[in-house]
Order: sequence, then structure tokens, then C-alpha cells
Amino acid sequence: MREVEAIIERYGAKRRHVIAILQDIQTQFHYLPREALLEVAARVRIPLIDLYSIATFYNCFSLVPRGEHVIRVCLGTACHLKGGTRLVEALERELGVREGEMTPDGQFSFETVRCVGACALAPLVLIDGRYYPKMKQRKLTQVLARLRRARPPAEVTQ
Amino acid sequence: MTRLYINGIEVDLEEGTTLLEAVEHLGIEIPTLCFHPGLSAYGACRLCVVELGDGRLVSACTYPVQEGLQVRTHSPRVLRARRMLIELLLSICPGSKRLQDLAAEHQVERVRFSVRDERCILCGLCVRMCAEQMMAHAIGFVNRGYRRRITTPFDLTSDVCRRCGGCLYICPVCELRCQGPEAPSVVCGSCMTPAPTCPPVYEDLACYMGAAGECGTCVRGPRTPDRRSPDFTRRRESV
Ligand code: SF4
Ligand code: SF4
Ligand code: FES
Ligand code: FES
Repeated sequence: MREVEAIIERYGAKRRHVIAILQDIQTQFHYLPREALLEVAARVRIPLIDLYSIATFYNCFSLVPRGEHVIRVCLGTACHLKGGTRLVEALERELGVREGEMTPDGQFSFETVRCVGACALAPLVLIDGRYYPKMKQRKLTQVLARLRRARPPAEVTQ
Repeated sequence: MTRLYINGIEVDLEEGTTLLEAVEHLGIEIPTLCFHPGLSAYGACRLCVVELGDGRLVSACTYPVQEGLQVRTHSPRVLRARRMLIELLLSICPGSKRLQDLAAEHQVERVRFSVRDERCILCGLCVRMCAEQMMAHAIGFVNRGYRRRITTPFDLTSDVCRRCGGCLYICPVCELRCQGPEAPSVVCGSCMTPAPTCPPVYEDLACYMGAAGECGTCVRGPRTPDRRSPDFTRRRESV
């Protein structure tokens, strides 16, 4: 994979850079493809299991493809009480996928998280790293519609 | 040289020695589970806890000796912590003979936590065995928190594994369950009482251990306090 090679080149094939390398791979592909992990292991001379441990330890890495937009619904204590689960249901209806899955057009993937540290603004939804405080089902639908308009599914070619 | 005090006994030891080595140097026994002399210390099971002078509980296998350190290996707090640890370990690995033996030794007679059979206490011995002794790096920890477990990359049959069995050999919990007649239970149910290996007892004199019944092997009764029980420690500390 040429992209992976370039990323490794950028940091240098050193063990201490693997997290940075994996982060860049994640940004580029929206997940860590298996071939990419194999390649990093071979080039950096680090056991594959160590990479796999890192890749499964941190939440920012994913081993399955993530969509263009990553939607995270908080289900921490405060958000749970304030109706986070209802937002999850609304999203499942809206996107037609279950938690942890990606929409078939590759636009959205949807995950739940435990407390993002802003409980006063519960219930929270994070979309592409942006906080959407005091979320409501209707507002969520609007945000999704806006994201869809910004990049209609037809244009998504991977 | 570093001078420290273990249960009040003064010892001088090389810098860099761990408390576990120091304790063993004095012939004091403390239980360990995730420690193996041929592998790096990892500090996962916490069973080797000792109490420091300032009241902190630390794992002896990873703590280096320090000048003037006061260490207590069997204080009431330590024993309570150890019993709790054993109970927690048993709740995720019921039926492990090794853990049940530890439980019996420490008078842990019930498990108050919901029991689920994980067959792994995440001690990391197998991972270190594979990496440090077999140089295979075939298995490791994946995920984190309650989803943490041991596996190979992508859960596939490993092509770097040497099929040496070192991981199985070193695992403290994957083993045959005790071969007693009753179904396995969380703590040992004493379902098997092997006949004592004594010669027949005639009167009071036949036993070569002295007067018959003295050594206790042929007499079943309430457990006698062993040297790890709190009573014993209290008695010793008051001396
Ligand atoms: S059998 Fe395989 S996984 Fe287990 S210690 Fe040996 S090389 Fe490692
Ligand atoms: S499989 Fe056994 S040796 Fe490996 S971490 Fe689990 S309990 Fe420890
Ligand atoms: S519970 Fe959602 S931000 Fe804390
Ligand atoms: S033996 Fe020290 S923590 Fe396990």
C-alpha cells in the first residue's frame, strides 16, 4: 500500500512512532485495514500482536470501516438519564443501521460512548468531533439532513 | 546497600532488589500468581501485596527496596486485602484448583460476587512467556476494560506461534479441575478426604511421627490456625 509507505516514511520506521502512524492511517482510510497493519508490522519490525493490542485498546482506532461522518451518542450516566437511549433509537431508525455499524453508502457510522465530560449539556451527541449539546430527536434529524445535503451519497466513491 | 525492615527484621540488600526478593531472602512466604522468576515482573494479580510503613499497600514483585522502608507482609490489612483478591479472582475463574488452594490457605470460604467463568485472570504470564522466553510474540492482550482478553492478531491461527505449549504450561488457571467425586464448585467443598498415609495405629505408639495423632494428619478436626491467619500475626506482632 503506497499510502501506508508514505505515512511510515513521514515519521520514520521507529517503534515509538507507531501510534502516530496508526492515527494517520486511521484518518486516511477511516479505519485500520488489515494489510496496513501487516505492512506497519513488517516495516517497523514490531510484532503484529503489539500493533493489534494498540489498535484494539484505543477508541480512536477502528478495525472495521468507519463512515465519512462518525456519530457518537453519549450514554454516560447523565446522558442516559436525559434520554440518550432514545437518540440511539432515533438514529437506528434514521440510518437503518445498528450501533457500531456503518451505513451502506459509507456516509455515516454510529457508535455510543460513555461520558464525554460535558454532563451539564446532556444529552450529548458528537458528530465528527463536534459537540451537539442538549440534543433532541428533531434536531438530530435536521443535522443529518444537512450533512447529507453537503455531500450526497451519489458522490461518495471510495 | 539498602537497609530496610521487614516485619521488624533488619536486612541489607542490593539496590534494585524487589521487595518480593527481599521477603523471600528472609524465608518469608507470600503468595504470588502473576510472578515467575524467569519473566519480567508485571504486577497484575496484586496477590503479593505488602503494607509499607506509611500504610500504603503495594505489590511486592514490582516494588524496589528503599532505604529505611518498613514492610509488613502479614498485617491484618494485608491479609484482608489478599482474601478479597482471592475472592474476586475466584469469581472470574471458579473451579481453578490453584485458586481454590489459595482460597483454602487463606480461609476464603465463600464468594460473594456474581460468578462468571472467564478462564483467565489476565495475569499476562502467557504473553510474557511467549514474548520473553519463546521470542514468538504470538499472543497478547486485546481490547480494554471488561472486554480485555488474550488472543492472537485478528483471532486467527497464528503463523508465528511455535506450538511450544509454553503459554499453557505457565497459565495458573487453565488446568484440569480437581478430580474429586463431586461436581466442581466455586470454592473447594472438601469432597475428597484422602486416607492418611499413616501405618495402622495400635494404641498410642505405632506412629513413627511420635505419639499417634500428634502430627494431625490422621485427625480431622476444625482447621488449626496456620501462620498466615490474623491470629498468628497478631500474636507474633505482640512479641
Ligand atoms: S504455544 Fe505459541 S502462543 Fe503459546 S507460548 Fe508457545 S509460541 Fe507462544
Ligand atoms: S490465559 Fe492464563 S496465563 Fe494467560 S493471562 Fe490468562 S490466566 Fe494468565
Ligand atoms: S454522561 Fe454524557 S457527557 Fe457525561
Ligand atoms: S505476584 Fe506481584 S502482583 Fe502478581
